[in-house]
Amino acid sequence: MGGSVSHDLPHRHSRSRCRCRSGISGCVVGLTVIDLACARGGVTVLAGVRLTLPAGRALVLRGPNGIGKTTLLRTVAGLQPAVSGRVQADPESLTYAAHADGLKAALTARENLAFWAAVHGQGGVDAALTALNLTALQDRPAQHLSAGQKRRLGLARLLVTGRPVWLLDEPTVSLDAASVALFAEVLRGHLAQGGAALIATHVDLALDEAAVLDLTAFRAQSRSHGGAFDEAFA
Amino acid sequence: MLRSEREPKGAWLSGMSLWEYANPRRFLQTSARLLPWLAGLSALCLATGGIWGFFFTPDDFRQGSTVKIIYLHVPAAMMAVNGWIMMLVTSLIWLIRRHHVSALAAKAAGPVGLTMTMIALVTGALWGQPMWGTWWAWDPRLTSFLILTLFYLGYIALWAAVEDPDTAADLTSVLCIVGSVFAVLSRYAVNFWSQGLHQGASLSLDKEKNVADVFYLPLLVCIAGFVLLFVTLVLLRTGTEIRARRLQSLLARERMA
Amino acid sequence: MTALLLRDLRLATRAGGGFGLGLAFFLLVAVLVPLGVGPEPALLARIAPGILWVGALLACLLSLDRIFALDFEDGSMDLLAIAPIPLEGVVAVKALAHWLVTGLPLTLLSPVLGVLLHLPGPGYVWLVLSLALGTPALSMIGAFGAALTVGLKRGGLLLSLLVLPLYVPTLIYGAEAVRRGVDGQGAPTALLLLAGLTAGAAALLPFAAAAAIRVNLR
Repeated sequence: MGGSVSHDLPHRHSRSRCRCRSGISGCVVGLTVIDLACARGGVTVLAGVRLTLPAGRALVLRGPNGIGKTTLLRTVAGLQPAVSGRVQADPESLTYAAHADGLKAALTARENLAFWAAVHGQGGVDAALTALNLTALQDRPAQHLSAGQKRRLGLARLLVTGRPVWLLDEPTVSLDAASVALFAEVLRGHLAQGGAALIATHVDLALDEAAVLDLTAFRAQSRSHGGAFDEAFA
Repeated sequence: MLRSEREPKGAWLSGMSLWEYANPRRFLQTSARLLPWLAGLSALCLATGGIWGFFFTPDDFRQGSTVKIIYLHVPAAMMAVNGWIMMLVTSLIWLIRRHHVSALAAKAAGPVGLTMTMIALVTGALWGQPMWGTWWAWDPRLTSFLILTLFYLGYIALWAAVEDPDTAADLTSVLCIVGSVFAVLSRYAVNFWSQGLHQGASLSLDKEKNVADVFYLPLLVCIAGFVLLFVTLVLLRTGTEIRARRLQSLLARERMA
Repeated sequence: MTALLLRDLRLATRAGGGFGLGLAFFLLVAVLVPLGVGPEPALLARIAPGILWVGALLACLLSLDRIFALDFEDGSMDLLAIAPIPLEGVVAVKALAHWLVTGLPLTLLSPVLGVLLHLPGPGYVWLVLSLALGTPALSMIGAFGAALTVGLKRGGLLLSLLVLPLYVPTLIYGAEAVRRGVDGQGAPTALLLLAGLTAGAAALLPFAAAAAIRVNLR
């Protein structure tokens, strides 16, 4: 029953190929999730999740609050171990964006982006600033940005990681309609370049490339919650 | 780097199921059968060794009757150190095999080991007062035990502070391993430091060398008693921890249903 | 890695980064102790090595919880964990940054405080050397403690309780090096042991700290 959890593709070799954004199509892009069960606070919330995300496509995760969208995204990103099942993806192809943007209040917008670009060995800070309409704000410290502007900066970070598979947790929170459209445009461009995105959102991004997956079907049965350990004890 | 770390975790998860389903229950059954015997035997050993040691051995020609505190002091000190070693072993088993009872046994041993350390320190002070003329001396051994107390306190506090039981088990295990290394380092550092202060540890008694046969045999019985007492208490407390975990998971199930 | 180091240094030195608090604390200790024990130079000279080392240790302790807590709160730690640099490296770099803004300034300030405490002449070299060799170990051990407690709401006090016993060998060898330096014999031994401790901590503790962070992230 309990399968091993692994990101199967060898990442040592694929790393160099993923370095440059223009080379995205040459990279091993795509994500397959097989029979994944994931837990939050020791309680299994989702079980038997199966999904496939090929290059150039987006998948929108739907489901009521608390169904486990964030848990699923964190598990796929490799930030928490799965209870069972597999995630097949090149770990060097994944990047993750959530409510916490990883922005430093004391650094300017440009400095924040430049840091993440450097960590991923990438350039493209200017392009990312332009893409999310932040060029005018680039020298402003992040603490003086509005919530929506910070959010845009957080999304611009995705571009400078140079990674093809985006795992997005409610990316449009605190964005106005114009910014949502702007982000949808960026996302469309990313997909057109051969990227992919797994998105938990309640907002309609009007993406033709996006399929919808309702997680309600994978809600863990009350019998199997608690993970293997609590089974042994209860 | 990061992902290669995750592979063995998955392997642990899959290898775990067999241990897990059987073991907490089997542990409780086995320990329930063993506990009365262990408790009785340790009481017998402690009573025999204590009475023999306190009433049927001669007074030491230099130390008088105060020497007899050795029957509490030495076994408690041994168990204080062995308790930490047991925690180290069970922590390693938890990290490698993900065997939950092992983690809970380490948790259970913490307060018992701390109590042993306190007994060793207090009896040491009671012994030291008439012998050395002071309740406390910064003697290498005493200092080492004081530091060991701090290690136990930190370990217990970390268990208490982390809510999620598996996270707590992981973090305390890592602390126990690192702490063991630093405890050994501290022991050597303290020797180094105290020689610098006192030009040789004149206050430290090397007990094993000084103890004559008349004292030695009852001491052995007392040590056996303390070992049995330690095992009894740890088994008892591990059982309590298992029941607490079971209660927790039943409550979680109730909330979910 | 370099980018991370530069970012941490920049954050520490900008407004609100807390740079200098440790130094101020170190100064406070050196001022308060003579007020407490009396102005007699012979007594102060005798306890100066220990006071300076304990002061440096406590000043280091003061800023430990900032090593990971801020990155943990704002999500940076998640992103660093999936970035193409090993988490062990992240830990080592952050400990290095902590040392550069805490341990190094403490080391440089220590001779001045040595004057305040009447540290005897031969002790100064050993004071600076021992702090320079020993404070990196304090930062690295502290980073390990911070990694253990980063997931806790109020981990500060617990962090102190966990880290203090781990600091014992460093404190002993460090203060002993200065004391023996003042006496004029045996200081190099203590200094070598201190250097060995620092090297060992820097080599092994990043792995333990990274493991603790992974546990806290999930």
